[in-house]
Amino acid sequence: MSEAKRPVQLFRNMSAKIAAIPMILTALVIFVGCTIWTIVHSFTKSKLLPNTRWVGFDQYERLFSQNRWLISIENIAIYGICTLIFSLVIGFLLAAMLDQKIRFEDTFRTIFLYPFALSFIVTGLVWQWVLNPEFGIQSIVRGLGWESFTFDPLYNAELVIYGVLIAGLWQGTGLIMCLMLAGLRGIDEDIWKAARVDGIPMWKTYLFIVIPMMRPVFITTLVIIAAGIVKVYDLVVAQTNGGPGIASEVPAKYVYDYMFQNQNLGQGFAASTVMLVTVLIILIPWAYLEFGGKKQNG
Amino acid sequence: MKVLKKLLACSAAAVVSTAAVATELEVTHWWTSGGEAAAVAEFAKAFNDGGDTWVDGAIAGSGGVARPIIISRIIGGDPMGATQLNHGRQAEELVEAGLMLDLTDVAEKEGWRDLVNPVRLLDSCTLDGKVYCVPVNIHSPQWIWLSHAAYEKAGVPVPSNWDEFVASAPKLREAGIVPLAMGQQPWQTQLAFDTLMVAVGGQDLYVKILNGKDADAAGSAEAAKVFEAYANARALSDGSNVNDWNQATNMVITAKAGGQIMGDWAQGEFQVAKQVAGKDYTCLPGLGVNEVIATGGDAFYFPKSDDPEITAAQKRMASQMISKTVQVAFNLKKGSLPIRGDVDLSAANDCMKKGLKILASGAILPDGVNAFSADTQGQIQDLMVEFWNNKSITPEDAQKRYVAIISDAD
Repeated sequence: MSEAKRPVQLFRNMSAKIAAIPMILTALVIFVGCTIWTIVHSFTKSKLLPNTRWVGFDQYERLFSQNRWLISIENIAIYGICTLIFSLVIGFLLAAMLDQKIRFEDTFRTIFLYPFALSFIVTGLVWQWVLNPEFGIQSIVRGLGWESFTFDPLYNAELVIYGVLIAGLWQGTGLIMCLMLAGLRGIDEDIWKAARVDGIPMWKTYLFIVIPMMRPVFITTLVIIAAGIVKVYDLVVAQTNGGPGIASEVPAKYVYDYMFQNQNLGQGFAASTVMLVTVLIILIPWAYLEFGGKKQNG
Repeated sequence: MKVLKKLLACSAAAVVSTAAVATELEVTHWWTSGGEAAAVAEFAKAFNDGGDTWVDGAIAGSGGVARPIIISRIIGGDPMGATQLNHGRQAEELVEAGLMLDLTDVAEKEGWRDLVNPVRLLDSCTLDGKVYCVPVNIHSPQWIWLSHAAYEKAGVPVPSNWDEFVASAPKLREAGIVPLAMGQQPWQTQLAFDTLMVAVGGQDLYVKILNGKDADAAGSAEAAKVFEAYANARALSDGSNVNDWNQATNMVITAKAGGQIMGDWAQGEFQVAKQVAGKDYTCLPGLGVNEVIATGGDAFYFPKSDDPEITAAQKRMASQMISKTVQVAFNLKKGSLPIRGDVDLSAANDCMKKGLKILASGAILPDGVNAFSADTQGQIQDLMVEFWNNKSITPEDAQKRYVAIISDAD
């Protein structure tokens, strides 16, 4: 079937295409347009108001000479890798446990998902208190008799990002669990039966049969987790506000602070451009492997 | 033309404070603590008495939170009637972009230049000879507040300057008292540094660095002494894990800490706790070494409006804020110094009087807020916060990085 026989291809589903025009325009103007505008202005000396006094790569040079930016990157790397691994592992384990046809499944599911209903601001504040040495975990354990017990990650520059990580995991793992559970439920019962007939142990069935079959669910989950990592901001603001010192700064906070508090748009734009480029560096090869391969096969 | 005449009549009427037209003005500010709210209510009262309506737009949180909101509203085309900002360079670009109302006619008619003391406050409202804001009060950060009870407990006399304070610190430690209370918010660490620069480094150094942006001065031996003292203060504050400045002040009030470096707004906390200056606590301007104060403070800006009625009401509000009665009522509640020298403040307490005396003697410094752009200010603050919380950074390293910032400062 050649295309020439259907010359009105462009006008097929006309109404649907017209309906999509506003969204296409929004995507082009807001996302693409504003992104380009931001990148262009990251090469200027824009202060409080955007201007076009070009300074080349000065903003980027300054960006990478800032200790605070380097610490931000290090933090987001630690936070990102740990979040990715732990929320996937914990989320999957919880889902697998719930999948054992246990009693009160609904209750457990609600409990695990509940933190996700809270905003990051509330999560941050709750964990700020839980981890506060004066009246959180430390004081409770000390009250039980272990006088020298010390657990104050939020006041220790080297541990603080893990304190943030705990709060992030507590908040986000429930959602991952639900996604995984949906994926698990989507696996045909017959597969389990066949595996059982063949005498394959349960953990092997999960690892080598079920997980590879859940690939689409994992990809969705991965995207959701990754988006959450890049934009982490409110959690840090509520829980530590970047402290102690600048030990728990993250890139998104750097961008905000420079754009709105320090009134240096150029620097903020440069930082956000670097964030965008980093995401693209990870995204493009992955998308190429994921979608580029399919076209060749299909 | 008719409208214009009406307008003129209107503003003329405002001078005798019987406004012909009642106008609503929304006023944004970040004065939300008890004393602050009471003080701002004085402004509202005066404005409402004049026949207009004050719509309060308080924004919770510190200036760091409120400022971006205020600025984005003005830039975004949804300006309020009037807004608090710290005067100086924060609003410079807004003024340059023509977004702020020119108050020069009001200022000239009422002779602000003659009555504002120190006149520098008006200068920082002025750009190219035009006045764009009304200074309303003077706050000075260069103070240390000492707890008498803490020193009594440690068995040493209350220090009268920074060196004695440092020398007495080991005794306080022995008595289980943290020598220096310090909140963890970035602006507080910054404030302590600026204050030490005046006290230890001296006035010349301070002026050279802040006004002249002199990188050589920032790298000099005097500045090294400041960083040394700052590292010292960092050690003295060990064990002070509070966050907000008033929590740190509370440590001094309850004698858990020996002292706190903080601006004169700390006084409000002592007053609420019913403590008496000179009896329960001592205040030392300039840390008792160099008795000078910087004259920072708050000012009100009026975003430009196309509506002549709003413009007229804005000018009415401006002239009220600077008037004698409102200045006295406002500043007594706020605990700050009035911006005009010709008012009666007999109700002021000891510490306020100390401040007034210094003000009258003219030992006045420029404020950091006025001197650096928000960008440079932010960089310095980042450095100070990092230094304060990371004990592995030596004073020498910090100074090197400080010099680098100052040499690029604008």
